[in-house]
Amino acid sequence: MINILVPIKRVPDPYIKVKPLPDGSGLDVANVKHEINPFDEIALEAAIRLREQGVELAITVVSIGPDEAEEQLRKGLAMGADSAILVQKQGGMDSLGVAKEIAEIAKSTGAKLVIMGKQATDDDCNQASQMLAALLGWGYCSCASQISLSGSHIEVRRETDSGEQRVSLELPAIVTADLRLAEPRYIALPGIIKARSKPLEKRVPVHNDQVQYRVLSVESVPSRKAGKMVQSVPELVAELKSLGAVS
Amino acid sequence: MAGCLGICFSPLDAAANVAFAKALGQDLSLLAIGASLPNFGAKQIFELEFSPNDPSEAIVNSIWTYIQEFSAIVAPSSIASKDLIGLLAGKLGRPAVTDVIRVVGGNRFQRPILAGSVLATVEVEGSPLLATFRPSSFQPSSVPTLDGSNPAAEVIRIPATPSARTRVLENLQGAQKRPDLAQAKVVVSGGKPLKDANTFELVIGSLADALGGAVGATRAAVDSGIAPNDLQVGQTGKVVAPDLYIAAGISGSTQHVAGIKDSKIIVAINKDKDAPIFEVSDLGLVADLFEAVPELTAIVKR
Ligand SMILES: Cc1cc2nc3c(=O)[nH]c(=O)nc-3n(C[C@H](O)[C@H](O)[C@H](O)COP(=O)(O)OP(=O)(O)OC[C@H]3O[C@@H](n4cnc5c(N)ncnc54)[C@H](O)[C@@H]3O)c2cc1C
Ligand SMILES: Nc1ncnc2c1ncn2[C@@H]1O[C@H](COP(=O)(O)O)[C@@H](O)[C@H]1O
Repeated sequence: MINILVPIKRVPDPYIKVKPLPDGSGLDVANVKHEINPFDEIALEAAIRLREQGVELAITVVSIGPDEAEEQLRKGLAMGADSAILVQKQGGMDSLGVAKEIAEIAKSTGAKLVIMGKQATDDDCNQASQMLAALLGWGYCSCASQISLSGSHIEVRRETDSGEQRVSLELPAIVTADLRLAEPRYIALPGIIKARSKPLEKRVPVHNDQVQYRVLSVESVPSRKAGKMVQSVPELVAELKSLGAVS
Repeated sequence: MAGCLGICFSPLDAAANVAFAKALGQDLSLLAIGASLPNFGAKQIFELEFSPNDPSEAIVNSIWTYIQEFSAIVAPSSIASKDLIGLLAGKLGRPAVTDVIRVVGGNRFQRPILAGSVLATVEVEGSPLLATFRPSSFQPSSVPTLDGSNPAAEVIRIPATPSARTRVLENLQGAQKRPDLAQAKVVVSGGKPLKDANTFELVIGSLADALGGAVGATRAAVDSGIAPNDLQVGQTGKVVAPDLYIAAGISGSTQHVAGIKDSKIIVAINKDKDAPIFEVSDLGLVADLFEAVPELTAIVKR
């Protein structure tokens, strides 16, 4: 039996436009629908599929966040995770703090594999997984588009800056999910009902280190203005010429 | 020694590192991974004989003893640089800043969040600073000369320490034959309606070649196997800022626009007059791309 950890972050629905609060002190998310970070949902789907392919796995989803993150953990359980852990933290935590908390949970659950998202779509940091790998001293592979587990190795097909590569890692290891790793399943009612009786444990953060990373303020980015509509290709070319964009 | 260490995964990264170190107000040394660099006025150049595609944990182990003195370790944003900076940060027990677009001063930085719709100002305490930055926001006003007028930098070769745990089995090259997407002056991108790889290459590739530009794609196009993954432009793909961006058959999702909105001129060709891409375009043409794009290619070629 291999214990797999899938960290999932509660983020604003990526298809909704989130605005800063008028004073710029934070984001106006009070009435915004929240979801599992899409990359984390993909990571969880990939873990569940490993189990469906016959590897003996126990999957734990973990989230560091407010009590409301229980909603995302329950959804993770409904998708097929076996148990959930909520590290209770109001008001966000920086990537290093997140990595430290996940590292503790990896140790206490005896996890041999962490599959997580490559980035959270709210902060777009793309950091927590790398930091976690360094803290644990485990093997690391980002941007997976395919994974398979055999014995004590995981084989990963990953996306790189210039193409793709195939990599073999010895467990314990951390793998991050890219968009094409798996298509998250539709959750059916029996899954939701079953999820209610699966264990969800609440913990408090174990690290109280002085935080050295702070978001001071947020502001809207002025959006581009719509320009001119042209009626034909020759007119488009004439406009481009007058702008000096083509010769 | 102190100063800023700029990491280069390709010679193209050197100029951006020069500009970023200048914005920080620090002396620059460069670390070249798998490439030799011309002297850009750096104090020292470290050369690691590695391929940029080698496991990032092995790169970290190889360079570990050489990076200790620096007050900043930075790199232009890419998959490889984010992995390296993040691993270094974890090993140093330090926070890191991703995708900096402006140095506000001292230890304050601006970076886009939420697919670029919001700008955050962040502060990091302590040293060293670990950061990746958008090269499109840090271009040197003048590229330091390569003609030998710079004093020769001290070159330090670093031996590679392979990873015991991670093995690269195979490298599969992506698109590659056109100018580098992140640095190109012209980018022509296609979306979902391009049908298949051949059609994409024929329609989008031909216009890109006629303009001497690079080719990009949407996630939908990559997901359907129409374009290779390293061409994906957007929040979770590459960020481009060319003089001219042409979007053909692209709806204009926030996630895609996140990767193109610093382009000087955006042209959209879409058959739906209500497509959101027109809201961010300088020039819009409502047309069938299969007619309009080849017509445009023919005129440009003339
Ligand atoms: C977490 C996350 C991350 C994402 N990251 C990215 C990313 O990095 N990059 C990215 O691109 N997307 C990303 N996406 C996906 C994004 O939300 C959109 O689904 C995607 O950009 C749509 O691609 P498209 O415009 O090619 O396809 P569609 O939205 O299907 O649009 C096709 C367009 O083509 C037009 N069209 C059809 N036929 C023709 C024709 N013959 N001539 C002219 N026009 C025609 C249609 O009117 C339509 O507007 C992400 C999504 C999520 C959830
Ligand atoms: N608060 C959190 N709770 C659980 N997982 C998280 C949290 N923050 C980040 N992660 C994980 O770390 C990944 C990268 O996040 P980030 O570095 O913030 O972009 C995400 O895809 C999640 O898998």
